[in-house]
Amino acid sequence: MQLRVENLHVSYDQIRALHGVSFSIDAGEIVCIIGANGAGKSTTLRAISRLVPADKGAGLRFEGHDLLAFAPDKVVSVLGISHVPEGRRLFGNLSVLENLQLATFARRDPQGIKRDMERVFSIFPRLLERRTQYAATLSGGEQQMLAVGRAYMTGHRMMLLDEPSMGLAPLMMLSMFEALKEINRDGTTILLVEQNARLALKFAQRGYVIENGRIVLEGSSEALLNDPEVKKAYLGG
Amino acid sequence: MAFFMQNVINALQWGSFYALIALGYSMVYSILMLFNFTHGDIFMTGAYIGLGVATALLALVAALGWSLPGWLLLVATIIISMFITSLLGVLVERVGYRPLRSAPRASAAITGLMIGIILEYGNLALLGTQRLSFPELIQTTTYSVGSVYFTNKKIFIVVVALLLMVGLHQFIQKSRWGMAMRAMSYDFPIVPLMGVSLNLIAPLTFAIGSALAAAGGILYGMAYPVLDPFMGILLGWKSFVAAILGGRGSILGAALAGFLLGFIEIFTTMVFPSTFRDLIAYSIILLILTFRPYGFFGQAHSTQLRL
Ligand SMILES: Nc1ncnc2c1ncn2[C@@H]1O[C@H](COP(=O)(O)OP(=O)(O)OP(=O)(O)O)[C@@H](O)[C@H]1O
Ligand SMILES: [Mg+2]
Repeated sequence: MQLRVENLHVSYDQIRALHGVSFSIDAGEIVCIIGANGAGKSTTLRAISRLVPADKGAGLRFEGHDLLAFAPDKVVSVLGISHVPEGRRLFGNLSVLENLQLATFARRDPQGIKRDMERVFSIFPRLLERRTQYAATLSGGEQQMLAVGRAYMTGHRMMLLDEPSMGLAPLMMLSMFEALKEINRDGTTILLVEQNARLALKFAQRGYVIENGRIVLEGSSEALLNDPEVKKAYLGG
Repeated sequence: MAFFMQNVINALQWGSFYALIALGYSMVYSILMLFNFTHGDIFMTGAYIGLGVATALLALVAALGWSLPGWLLLVATIIISMFITSLLGVLVERVGYRPLRSAPRASAAITGLMIGIILEYGNLALLGTQRLSFPELIQTTTYSVGSVYFTNKKIFIVVVALLLMVGLHQFIQKSRWGMAMRAMSYDFPIVPLMGVSLNLIAPLTFAIGSALAAAGGILYGMAYPVLDPFMGILLGWKSFVAAILGGRGSILGAALAGFLLGFIEIFTTMVFPSTFRDLIAYSIILLILTFRPYGFFGQAHSTQLRL
Protein backbone atom coordinates (compact mmCIF):
# COMPACT_ATOMS: atom_id res chain seq x y z
CA MET A 1 0.00 0.00 0.00
CA GLN A 2 1.64 3.24 -1.09
CA LEU A 3 -1.06 5.71 -0.08
CA ARG A 4 -3.79 5.14 2.46
CA VAL A 5 -6.46 7.74 3.22
CA GLU A 6 -8.74 7.04 6.15
CA ASN A 7 -11.70 8.90 7.53
CA LEU A 8 -10.80 12.17 5.81
CA HIS A 9 -13.02 15.10 6.77
CA VAL A 10 -12.29 18.54 5.34
CA SER A 11 -14.16 21.78 5.99
CA TYR A 12 -13.98 25.17 4.35
CA ASP A 13 -15.06 27.89 6.80
CA GLN A 14 -17.26 25.57 8.88
CA ILE A 15 -18.82 23.96 5.79
CA ARG A 16 -17.92 20.30 5.43
CA ALA A 17 -16.79 19.33 1.97
CA LEU A 18 -15.62 15.79 2.78
CA HIS A 19 -17.38 13.48 5.22
CA GLY A 20 -15.01 10.65 6.00
CA VAL A 21 -13.38 9.64 2.74
CA SER A 22 -11.28 6.45 2.77
CA PHE A 23 -9.36 4.73 0.00
CA SER A 24 -5.96 3.34 -0.78
CA ILE A 25 -3.58 2.96 -3.70
CA ASP A 26 -0.76 0.54 -4.41
CA ALA A 27 2.52 1.58 -5.94
CA GLY A 28 2.39 1.68 -9.72
CA GLU A 29 -1.39 1.71 -9.99
CA ILE A 30 -3.59 4.06 -11.98
CA VAL A 31 -6.65 4.89 -9.89
CA CYS A 32 -9.42 7.36 -10.59
CA ILE A 33 -12.01 9.12 -8.49
CA ILE A 34 -15.08 10.16 -10.42
CA GLY A 35 -17.88 12.40 -9.28
CA ALA A 36 -20.08 15.34 -10.19
CA ASN A 37 -19.43 19.04 -9.68
CA GLY A 38 -18.81 19.87 -6.06
CA ALA A 39 -18.58 16.24 -4.97
CA GLY A 40 -15.23 16.83 -3.30
CA LYS A 41 -12.73 15.52 -5.84
CA SER A 42 -10.39 18.51 -5.82
CA THR A 43 -10.69 18.80 -2.06
CA THR A 44 -9.51 15.20 -1.69
CA LEU A 45 -6.38 15.90 -3.74
CA ARG A 46 -5.73 19.16 -1.90
CA ALA A 47 -5.91 17.36 1.41
CA ILE A 48 -3.30 14.83 0.25
CA SER A 49 -1.05 17.70 -0.88
CA ARG A 50 -1.75 19.39 2.48
CA LEU A 51 -3.04 22.54 0.81
CA VAL A 52 -6.15 22.32 2.97
CA PRO A 53 -6.10 21.05 6.54
CA ALA A 54 -7.79 17.77 7.40
CA ASP A 55 -10.14 17.73 10.37
CA LYS A 56 -9.06 15.77 13.44
CA GLY A 57 -9.22 12.01 13.24
CA ALA A 58 -8.04 11.62 9.67
CA GLY A 59 -5.31 9.16 8.78
CA LEU A 60 -3.14 9.93 5.78
CA ARG A 61 -0.17 7.68 5.21
CA PHE A 62 2.27 7.59 2.30
CA GLU A 63 5.00 4.94 2.16
CA GLY A 64 5.06 4.66 5.91
CA HIS A 65 5.09 8.43 6.55
CA ASP A 66 2.34 10.34 8.30
CA LEU A 67 1.39 12.90 5.66
CA LEU A 68 -0.15 15.15 8.30
CA ALA A 69 3.33 15.84 9.65
CA PHE A 70 4.45 17.38 6.35
CA ALA A 71 4.16 20.96 5.12
CA PRO A 72 2.78 21.26 1.57
CA ASP A 73 6.15 22.00 -0.03
CA LYS A 74 7.68 18.99 1.77
CA VAL A 75 4.96 16.65 0.51
CA VAL A 76 6.31 17.51 -2.91
CA SER A 77 10.03 17.81 -2.28
CA VAL A 78 10.55 15.07 0.32
CA LEU A 79 7.85 12.52 -0.51
CA GLY A 80 7.72 13.05 -4.27
CA ILE A 81 3.94 13.49 -4.54
CA SER A 82 3.33 15.91 -7.40
CA HIS A 83 0.01 17.62 -8.06
CA VAL A 84 -1.41 18.95 -11.31
CA PRO A 85 -4.01 21.38 -9.98
CA GLU A 86 -7.45 22.01 -11.37
CA GLY A 87 -7.29 24.61 -14.13
CA ARG A 88 -3.52 24.01 -14.58
CA ARG A 89 -2.47 27.14 -12.73
CA LEU A 90 0.70 27.71 -14.71
CA PHE A 91 2.85 30.72 -13.94
CA GLY A 92 1.87 32.71 -16.99
CA ASN A 93 4.53 35.37 -16.39
CA LEU A 94 7.30 32.76 -16.55
CA SER A 95 8.59 31.05 -19.68
CA VAL A 96 7.96 27.36 -20.33
CA LEU A 97 11.51 26.56 -19.30
CA GLU A 98 11.26 28.67 -16.14
CA ASN A 99 8.05 26.89 -15.15
CA LEU A 100 9.93 23.59 -15.41
CA GLN A 101 13.00 24.95 -13.61
CA LEU A 102 10.98 26.39 -10.77
CA ALA A 103 9.57 22.93 -10.17
CA THR A 104 13.09 21.74 -9.32
CA PHE A 105 13.61 24.49 -6.72
CA ALA A 106 14.09 22.11 -3.80
CA ARG A 107 15.93 19.40 -5.70
CA ARG A 108 19.65 18.88 -5.18
CA ASP A 109 20.31 16.24 -7.84
CA PRO A 110 21.50 17.98 -11.00
CA GLN A 111 21.90 14.64 -12.78
CA GLY A 112 18.35 13.62 -11.99
CA ILE A 113 17.00 17.03 -12.98
CA LYS A 114 18.74 16.81 -16.33
CA ARG A 115 17.41 13.31 -16.93
CA ASP A 116 13.86 14.31 -15.98
CA MET A 117 14.00 17.42 -18.14
CA GLU A 118 15.00 15.29 -21.12
CA ARG A 119 12.21 12.87 -20.30
CA VAL A 120 9.64 15.67 -20.23
CA PHE A 121 10.83 16.97 -23.58
CA SER A 122 10.76 13.48 -25.08
CA ILE A 123 7.17 12.94 -23.91
CA PHE A 124 6.11 16.46 -24.93
CA PRO A 125 8.38 17.62 -27.79
CA ARG A 126 6.10 20.62 -28.21
CA LEU A 127 7.38 22.05 -24.93
CA LEU A 128 10.92 22.01 -26.23
CA GLU A 129 9.87 24.01 -29.27
CA ARG A 130 8.06 26.50 -27.05
CA ARG A 131 10.56 26.66 -24.21
CA THR A 132 11.21 30.42 -24.35
CA GLN A 133 7.56 31.37 -24.71
CA TYR A 134 5.56 32.75 -21.78
CA ALA A 135 3.30 30.06 -20.36
CA ALA A 136 0.32 32.41 -20.60
CA THR A 137 0.62 32.43 -24.39
CA LEU A 138 0.47 28.64 -24.84
CA SER A 139 -2.58 26.94 -26.32
CA GLY A 140 -4.83 25.00 -23.97
CA GLY A 141 -3.32 21.67 -24.96
CA GLU A 142 0.22 22.94 -24.58
CA GLN A 143 -0.68 24.37 -21.20
CA GLN A 144 -1.86 20.97 -20.02
CA MET A 145 1.39 19.43 -21.28
CA LEU A 146 3.35 21.98 -19.31
CA ALA A 147 1.23 21.42 -16.20
CA VAL A 148 1.99 17.70 -16.34
CA GLY A 149 5.64 18.28 -17.25
CA ARG A 150 6.03 20.71 -14.39
CA ALA A 151 4.53 18.25 -11.92
CA TYR A 152 6.86 15.56 -13.25
CA MET A 153 9.85 17.81 -12.57
CA THR A 154 8.93 18.27 -8.91
CA GLY A 155 9.12 14.54 -8.30
CA HIS A 156 7.37 11.44 -9.53
CA ARG A 157 6.69 8.76 -7.00
CA MET A 158 3.02 9.64 -7.27
CA MET A 159 1.18 12.14 -9.44
CA LEU A 160 -2.19 13.63 -8.48
CA LEU A 161 -4.10 14.91 -11.49
CA ASP A 162 -7.13 17.16 -11.19
CA GLU A 163 -9.25 16.96 -14.36
CA PRO A 164 -6.48 16.89 -16.95
CA SER A 165 -9.07 16.47 -19.72
CA MET A 166 -10.76 19.79 -18.97
CA GLY A 167 -11.01 22.00 -22.02
CA LEU A 168 -9.16 19.62 -24.34
CA ALA A 169 -10.36 18.52 -27.76
CA PRO A 170 -11.01 14.74 -27.99
CA LEU A 171 -7.83 14.02 -29.93
CA MET A 172 -5.69 16.05 -27.54
CA MET A 173 -7.37 14.28 -24.63
CA LEU A 174 -6.35 10.89 -25.99
CA SER A 175 -2.76 11.89 -26.56
CA MET A 176 -2.62 13.41 -23.07
CA PHE A 177 -3.76 10.12 -21.58
CA GLU A 178 -1.22 8.25 -23.69
CA ALA A 179 1.48 10.49 -22.22
CA LEU A 180 0.21 9.80 -18.71
CA LYS A 181 0.34 6.05 -19.41
CA GLU A 182 3.97 6.47 -20.43
CA ILE A 183 4.75 8.31 -17.20
CA ASN A 184 3.01 5.55 -15.28
CA ARG A 185 5.06 2.87 -17.08
CA ASP A 186 8.22 4.61 -15.79
CA GLY A 187 7.00 3.87 -12.28
CA THR A 188 4.82 6.80 -11.25
CA THR A 189 1.62 5.95 -9.41
CA ILE A 190 -1.29 7.98 -10.74
CA LEU A 191 -4.33 9.22 -8.88
CA LEU A 192 -6.70 10.95 -11.24
CA VAL A 193 -9.93 12.78 -10.52
CA GLU A 194 -12.32 13.38 -13.39
CA GLN A 195 -15.82 14.42 -14.27
CA ASN A 196 -15.36 12.66 -17.57
CA ALA A 197 -16.09 9.23 -16.07
CA ARG A 198 -15.93 7.18 -19.24
CA LEU A 199 -12.50 8.49 -20.16
CA ALA A 200 -11.18 8.08 -16.62
CA LEU A 201 -12.43 4.53 -16.26
CA LYS A 202 -10.95 3.50 -19.61
CA PHE A 203 -7.60 4.84 -18.46
CA ALA A 204 -7.53 3.64 -14.85
CA GLN A 205 -7.42 0.12 -13.47
CA ARG A 206 -9.65 0.89 -10.51
CA GLY A 207 -12.02 3.63 -9.54
CA TYR A 208 -13.95 5.21 -6.72
CA VAL A 209 -17.18 7.15 -7.02
CA ILE A 210 -17.53 10.19 -4.78
CA GLU A 211 -20.86 11.86 -4.02
CA ASN A 212 -21.40 14.77 -1.65
CA GLY A 213 -18.10 14.23 0.09
CA ARG A 214 -18.48 10.45 0.52
CA ILE A 215 -17.11 7.48 -1.39
CA VAL A 216 -20.24 5.60 -2.40
CA LEU A 217 -18.85 2.94 -4.71
CA GLU A 218 -15.58 1.34 -5.63
CA GLY A 219 -14.35 -1.37 -7.93
CA SER A 220 -12.37 -2.29 -10.99
CA SER A 221 -12.86 0.00 -13.94
CA GLU A 222 -14.66 -2.75 -15.79
CA ALA A 223 -17.08 -3.35 -12.94
CA LEU A 224 -17.82 0.36 -12.64
CA LEU A 225 -18.29 0.79 -16.38
CA ASN A 226 -20.93 -1.93 -16.24
CA ASP A 227 -22.56 -0.83 -13.02
CA PRO A 228 -26.14 0.28 -13.72
CA GLU A 229 -25.98 3.13 -11.18
CA VAL A 230 -22.75 4.45 -12.63
CA LYS A 231 -24.10 4.09 -16.13
CA LYS A 232 -27.17 6.08 -15.25
CA ALA A 233 -25.47 8.82 -13.26
CA TYR A 234 -22.12 9.27 -15.01
CA LEU A 235 -22.07 7.60 -18.38
CA GLY A 236 -25.21 9.07 -19.85
CA GLY A 237 -27.47 6.00 -19.55
CA MET B 1 19.78 76.34 -17.78
CA ALA B 2 22.31 75.94 -15.00
CA PHE B 3 19.50 76.42 -12.50
CA PHE B 4 17.55 73.73 -14.29
CA MET B 5 20.43 71.24 -14.24
CA GLN B 6 21.01 72.01 -10.59
CA ASN B 7 17.46 70.96 -9.90
CA VAL B 8 17.76 67.83 -12.00
CA ILE B 9 20.56 66.71 -9.69
CA ASN B 10 18.50 67.49 -6.61
CA ALA B 11 15.52 65.67 -8.07
CA LEU B 12 17.64 62.60 -8.77
CA GLN B 13 18.80 62.59 -5.18
CA TRP B 14 15.28 62.84 -3.76
CA GLY B 15 14.04 60.34 -6.28
CA SER B 16 16.68 57.89 -5.06
CA PHE B 17 15.23 57.94 -1.55
CA TYR B 18 11.68 57.51 -2.76
CA ALA B 19 12.59 54.80 -5.24
CA LEU B 20 14.59 52.72 -2.75
CA ILE B 21 11.72 52.79 -0.27
CA ALA B 22 9.02 52.27 -2.90
CA LEU B 23 10.69 49.05 -4.08
CA GLY B 24 10.08 47.43 -0.70
CA TYR B 25 6.38 48.29 -0.77
CA SER B 26 6.10 46.99 -4.28
CA MET B 27 7.90 43.69 -3.73
CA VAL B 28 5.86 42.76 -0.68
CA TYR B 29 2.65 43.78 -2.40
CA SER B 30 3.41 41.78 -5.48
CA ILE B 31 3.92 38.49 -3.69
CA LEU B 32 1.51 38.76 -0.74
CA MET B 33 -1.04 41.39 -1.88
CA LEU B 34 -0.20 43.20 1.28
CA PHE B 35 0.56 46.86 1.89
CA ASN B 36 3.37 46.68 4.41
CA PHE B 37 2.69 49.88 6.33
CA THR B 38 5.65 49.24 8.63
CA HIS B 39 7.97 49.97 5.77
CA GLY B 40 8.45 53.71 6.33
CA ASP B 41 9.48 52.99 9.89
CA ILE B 42 11.83 50.28 8.73
CA PHE B 43 13.49 52.99 6.64
CA MET B 44 13.77 55.11 9.80
CA THR B 45 15.11 52.20 11.85
CA GLY B 46 17.55 51.41 9.05
CA ALA B 47 18.89 54.96 9.22
CA TYR B 48 19.39 54.63 12.99
CA ILE B 49 21.01 51.23 12.59
CA GLY B 50 23.31 52.85 10.03
CA LEU B 51 24.14 55.56 12.51
CA GLY B 52 24.95 52.95 15.16
CA VAL B 53 27.07 50.89 12.79
CA ALA B 54 28.96 53.94 11.51
CA THR B 55 29.65 55.14 15.05
CA ALA B 56 30.81 51.68 16.10
CA LEU B 57 33.06 51.33 13.06
CA LEU B 58 34.62 54.74 13.67
CA ALA B 59 35.28 53.83 17.32
CA LEU B 60 36.71 50.47 16.33
CA VAL B 61 39.01 51.93 13.72
CA ALA B 62 40.16 54.61 16.16
CA ALA B 63 40.79 52.00 18.89
CA LEU B 64 42.87 49.92 16.52
CA GLY B 65 44.77 52.96 15.40
CA TRP B 66 44.04 52.23 11.74
CA SER B 67 43.43 54.88 9.19
CA LEU B 68 40.94 53.66 6.65
CA PRO B 69 39.51 55.83 3.89
CA GLY B 70 36.08 57.25 4.67
CA TRP B 71 34.39 55.77 1.63
CA LEU B 72 35.41 52.29 2.73
CA LEU B 73 33.77 52.85 6.11
CA LEU B 74 30.71 54.19 4.36
CA VAL B 75 30.39 51.17 2.11
CA ALA B 76 30.94 48.86 5.09
CA THR B 77 28.30 50.76 7.03
CA ILE B 78 25.80 50.37 4.23
CA ILE B 79 26.42 46.64 3.81
CA ILE B 80 26.36 45.81 7.52
CA SER B 81 23.27 47.93 8.15
CA MET B 82 21.45 46.43 5.20
CA PHE B 83 22.09 43.02 6.68
CA ILE B 84 20.94 43.95 10.19
CA THR B 85 17.85 45.72 8.90
CA SER B 86 16.97 42.74 6.72
CA LEU B 87 16.75 40.70 9.93
CA LEU B 88 14.27 43.26 11.25
CA GLY B 89 12.22 42.75 8.09
CA VAL B 90 12.27 38.98 8.64
CA LEU B 91 11.11 39.51 12.20
CA VAL B 92 8.25 41.77 11.12
CA GLU B 93 7.08 39.16 8.63
CA ARG B 94 7.35 36.35 11.15
CA VAL B 95 5.70 38.08 14.09
CA GLY B 96 3.37 40.52 12.39
CA TYR B 97 2.24 39.13 9.09
CA ARG B 98 2.65 35.37 8.94
CA PRO B 99 -0.01 34.68 11.58
CA LEU B 100 -2.39 36.83 9.51
CA ARG B 101 -1.63 35.37 6.10
CA SER B 102 -5.17 34.17 5.56
CA ALA B 103 -6.82 36.89 7.67
CA PRO B 104 -8.60 39.82 5.97
CA ARG B 105 -6.13 42.18 4.35
CA ALA B 106 -7.31 45.06 6.55
CA SER B 107 -6.14 43.24 9.69
CA ALA B 108 -2.73 42.79 8.18
CA ALA B 109 -2.62 46.47 7.21
CA ILE B 110 -3.36 47.72 10.73
CA THR B 111 -0.84 45.26 12.12
CA GLY B 112 1.74 46.99 9.97
CA LEU B 113 0.67 50.40 11.24
CA MET B 114 0.94 49.21 14.84
CA ILE B 115 4.40 47.73 14.41
CA GLY B 116 5.38 51.05 12.84
CA ILE B 117 4.17 52.95 15.89
CA ILE B 118 6.04 50.50 18.12
CA LEU B 119 9.24 51.16 16.17
CA GLU B 120 8.79 54.95 16.39
CA TYR B 121 8.07 55.05 20.10
CA GLY B 122 10.49 52.24 20.87
CA ASN B 123 13.16 54.43 19.34
CA LEU B 124 11.96 57.42 21.37
CA ALA B 125 11.96 55.37 24.60
CA LEU B 126 15.40 53.98 23.89
CA LEU B 127 17.21 57.07 22.66
CA GLY B 128 15.15 59.83 24.23
CA THR B 129 14.36 63.12 22.56
CA GLN B 130 17.98 63.97 21.78
CA ARG B 131 18.53 64.56 18.08
CA LEU B 132 21.24 62.23 16.87
CA SER B 133 23.28 63.23 13.94
CA PHE B 134 24.73 60.95 11.29
CA PRO B 135 28.55 60.89 11.49
CA GLU B 136 30.27 62.38 8.49
CA LEU B 137 32.17 59.49 6.97
CA ILE B 138 33.26 61.27 3.83
CA GLN B 139 34.14 64.91 3.40
CA THR B 140 31.97 66.90 1.08
CA THR B 141 33.73 67.91 -2.10
CA THR B 142 32.01 70.23 -4.51
CA TYR B 143 32.59 70.00 -8.23
CA SER B 144 31.33 72.28 -10.89
CA VAL B 145 30.62 71.92 -14.56
CA GLY B 146 30.08 75.36 -15.99
CA SER B 147 27.94 76.95 -13.33
CA VAL B 148 26.27 73.72 -12.19
CA TYR B 149 27.49 72.60 -8.80
CA PHE B 150 27.27 69.10 -7.43
CA THR B 151 28.83 67.30 -4.52
CA ASN B 152 30.50 63.91 -4.31
CA LYS B 153 27.77 62.92 -1.84
CA LYS B 154 24.97 63.54 -4.28
CA ILE B 155 26.71 61.51 -6.92
CA PHE B 156 27.38 58.73 -4.43
CA ILE B 157 23.72 58.68 -3.39
CA VAL B 158 22.37 58.44 -6.91
CA VAL B 159 24.97 55.90 -8.05
CA VAL B 160 24.46 53.60 -5.06
CA ALA B 161 20.68 53.78 -5.48
CA LEU B 162 20.93 52.91 -9.15
CA LEU B 163 23.37 50.06 -8.50
CA LEU B 164 21.05 48.57 -5.90
CA MET B 165 18.13 48.77 -8.32
CA VAL B 166 20.07 47.09 -11.11
CA GLY B 167 21.21 44.43 -8.63
CA LEU B 168 17.63 43.83 -7.53
CA HIS B 169 16.48 43.55 -11.11
CA GLN B 170 19.18 40.98 -11.89
CA PHE B 171 18.32 39.02 -8.76
CA ILE B 172 14.64 38.87 -9.63
CA GLN B 173 15.21 37.98 -13.26
CA LYS B 174 18.14 35.59 -12.94
CA SER B 175 18.18 33.79 -9.60
CA ARG B 176 15.98 30.87 -8.61
CA TRP B 177 14.71 32.82 -5.61
CA GLY B 178 13.80 35.66 -7.91
CA MET B 179 12.01 33.20 -10.14
CA ALA B 180 10.06 31.92 -7.14
CA MET B 181 9.13 35.52 -6.26
CA ARG B 182 7.85 36.12 -9.76
CA ALA B 183 5.85 32.91 -9.60
CA MET B 184 4.44 33.93 -6.25
CA SER B 185 3.38 37.26 -7.65
CA TYR B 186 1.31 35.41 -10.22
CA ASP B 187 -0.33 32.67 -8.20
CA PHE B 188 0.80 32.18 -4.67
CA PRO B 189 -1.36 29.32 -3.31
CA ILE B 190 0.11 27.03 -5.96
CA VAL B 191 3.76 27.83 -5.24
CA PRO B 192 4.12 25.14 -2.51
CA LEU B 193 3.21 22.53 -5.15
CA MET B 194 6.53 23.40 -6.77
CA GLY B 195 8.32 22.30 -3.61
CA VAL B 196 8.90 25.95 -2.70
CA SER B 197 8.14 27.00 0.85
CA LEU B 198 6.18 30.24 1.19
CA ASN B 199 7.90 30.60 4.55
CA LEU B 200 11.18 30.94 2.72
CA ILE B 201 10.15 33.33 -0.05
CA ALA B 202 7.99 35.66 2.06
CA PRO B 203 10.72 36.45 4.64
CA LEU B 204 13.28 36.75 1.86
CA THR B 205 11.14 39.39 0.20
CA PHE B 206 10.77 41.33 3.44
CA ALA B 207 14.51 41.01 4.01
CA ILE B 208 15.38 42.47 0.61
CA GLY B 209 12.84 45.27 0.87
CA SER B 210 14.10 46.19 4.34
CA ALA B 211 17.73 46.09 3.26
CA LEU B 212 16.95 48.52 0.43
CA ALA B 213 15.10 50.78 2.86
CA ALA B 214 18.13 50.73 5.16
CA ALA B 215 20.38 51.74 2.28
CA GLY B 216 17.91 54.54 1.58
CA GLY B 217 18.05 55.55 5.24
CA ILE B 218 21.83 55.80 5.28
CA LEU B 219 21.94 57.72 2.01
CA TYR B 220 19.32 60.02 3.46
CA GLY B 221 21.47 60.42 6.57
CA MET B 222 24.39 61.46 4.38
CA ALA B 223 22.32 64.23 2.85
CA TYR B 224 20.29 65.23 5.92
CA PRO B 225 22.32 64.13 8.93
CA VAL B 226 19.88 64.94 11.75
CA LEU B 227 17.75 61.86 12.35
CA ASP B 228 14.29 61.81 13.87
CA PRO B 229 12.15 58.85 15.01
CA PHE B 230 9.29 60.15 12.88
CA MET B 231 11.28 60.74 9.71
CA GLY B 232 9.89 57.55 8.17
CA ILE B 233 6.27 58.62 8.24
CA LEU B 234 6.12 61.25 5.52
CA LEU B 235 8.85 59.66 3.42
CA GLY B 236 7.15 56.31 3.84
CA TRP B 237 3.77 57.63 2.70
CA LYS B 238 5.25 59.43 -0.25
CA SER B 239 7.17 56.34 -1.30
CA PHE B 240 3.98 54.35 -0.94
CA VAL B 241 2.41 56.82 -3.36
CA ALA B 242 5.31 56.11 -5.71
CA ALA B 243 4.74 52.36 -5.41
CA ILE B 244 1.07 52.78 -6.34
CA LEU B 245 1.84 55.28 -9.08
CA GLY B 246 4.35 52.86 -10.57
CA GLY B 247 1.68 50.20 -10.76
CA ARG B 248 0.97 47.89 -7.87
CA GLY B 249 3.60 45.19 -7.73
CA SER B 250 5.74 46.58 -10.53
CA ILE B 251 9.40 46.86 -9.56
CA LEU B 252 10.39 48.95 -12.55
CA GLY B 253 7.33 51.14 -12.06
CA ALA B 254 8.14 51.76 -8.41
CA ALA B 255 11.68 52.84 -9.24
CA LEU B 256 10.61 55.14 -12.05
CA ALA B 257 7.74 56.62 -10.07
CA GLY B 258 10.10 57.25 -7.17
CA PHE B 259 12.28 59.37 -9.42
CA LEU B 260 9.25 61.03 -10.98
CA LEU B 261 8.06 62.05 -7.52
CA GLY B 262 11.45 63.55 -6.85
CA PHE B 263 11.23 65.53 -10.07
CA ILE B 264 7.70 66.75 -9.51
CA GLU B 265 8.50 67.91 -5.99
CA ILE B 266 11.72 69.68 -6.87
CA PHE B 267 10.36 71.31 -10.00
CA THR B 268 7.27 72.50 -8.20
CA THR B 269 9.54 74.53 -5.94
CA MET B 270 11.21 76.02 -9.01
CA VAL B 271 7.92 77.73 -9.79
CA PHE B 272 6.05 78.03 -6.50
CA PRO B 273 7.06 78.95 -2.97
CA SER B 274 8.35 75.92 -1.09
CA THR B 275 5.39 75.86 1.30
CA PHE B 276 3.25 75.03 -1.73
CA ARG B 277 5.43 72.10 -2.71
CA ASP B 278 3.49 69.08 -1.49
CA LEU B 279 0.12 70.66 -2.07
CA ILE B 280 0.85 71.15 -5.73
CA ALA B 281 3.06 68.09 -6.29
CA TYR B 282 0.50 65.68 -4.90
CA SER B 283 -2.36 67.36 -6.71
CA ILE B 284 -0.46 66.67 -9.91
CA ILE B 285 -0.04 63.02 -8.90
CA LEU B 286 -3.71 62.77 -8.05
CA LEU B 287 -4.45 64.02 -11.52
CA ILE B 288 -2.11 61.44 -13.08
CA LEU B 289 -3.83 58.68 -11.15
CA THR B 290 -7.22 59.84 -12.39
CA PHE B 291 -6.06 59.15 -15.90
CA ARG B 292 -4.04 56.04 -15.08
CA PRO B 293 -5.81 54.42 -12.13
CA TYR B 294 -3.57 51.34 -12.30
CA GLY B 295 -0.41 53.42 -12.33
CA PHE B 296 2.22 53.23 -15.03
CA PHE B 297 2.87 49.50 -15.17
CA GLY B 298 -0.11 48.08 -13.30
CA GLN B 299 -0.69 44.50 -14.30
CA ALA B 300 -4.15 43.39 -15.26
CA HIS B 301 -3.31 40.14 -13.51
CA SER B 302 -2.96 40.38 -9.77
CA THR B 303 -1.93 37.61 -7.44
CA GLN B 304 -4.32 34.72 -7.17
CA LEU B 305 -5.15 34.32 -3.50
CA ARG B 306 -7.43 31.31 -3.49
CA LEU B 307 -7.07 27.67 -4.33
N1 LIG C 1 -11.80 27.36 -1.46
C1 LIG C 1 -13.04 26.97 -1.07
N2 LIG C 1 -13.72 27.68 -0.14
C2 LIG C 1 -14.95 27.30 0.26
N3 LIG C 1 -15.58 26.21 -0.20
C3 LIG C 1 -14.96 25.46 -1.12
C4 LIG C 1 -13.66 25.80 -1.61
N4 LIG C 1 -13.28 24.88 -2.52
C5 LIG C 1 -14.30 24.00 -2.60
N5 LIG C 1 -15.31 24.35 -1.76
C6 LIG C 1 -16.58 23.61 -1.59
O1 LIG C 1 -16.28 22.27 -1.26
C7 LIG C 1 -17.11 21.37 -1.95
C8 LIG C 1 -16.27 20.38 -2.76
O2 LIG C 1 -15.57 21.10 -3.77
P1 LIG C 1 -14.49 20.48 -4.72
O3 LIG C 1 -13.81 21.59 -5.41
O4 LIG C 1 -13.65 19.52 -3.97
O5 LIG C 1 -15.40 19.69 -5.73
P2 LIG C 1 -15.02 18.94 -7.07
O6 LIG C 1 -15.53 17.56 -6.94
O7 LIG C 1 -13.60 19.11 -7.38
O8 LIG C 1 -15.92 19.71 -8.14
P3 LIG C 1 -15.60 20.11 -9.66
O9 LIG C 1 -15.81 18.90 -10.48
O10 LIG C 1 -16.62 21.16 -9.96
O11 LIG C 1 -14.20 20.62 -9.71
C9 LIG C 1 -18.03 22.22 -2.82
O12 LIG C 1 -19.26 22.34 -2.13
C10 LIG C 1 -17.34 23.55 -2.89
O13 LIG C 1 -18.27 24.60 -2.97
MG1 LIG D 1 -12.58 20.10 -8.81
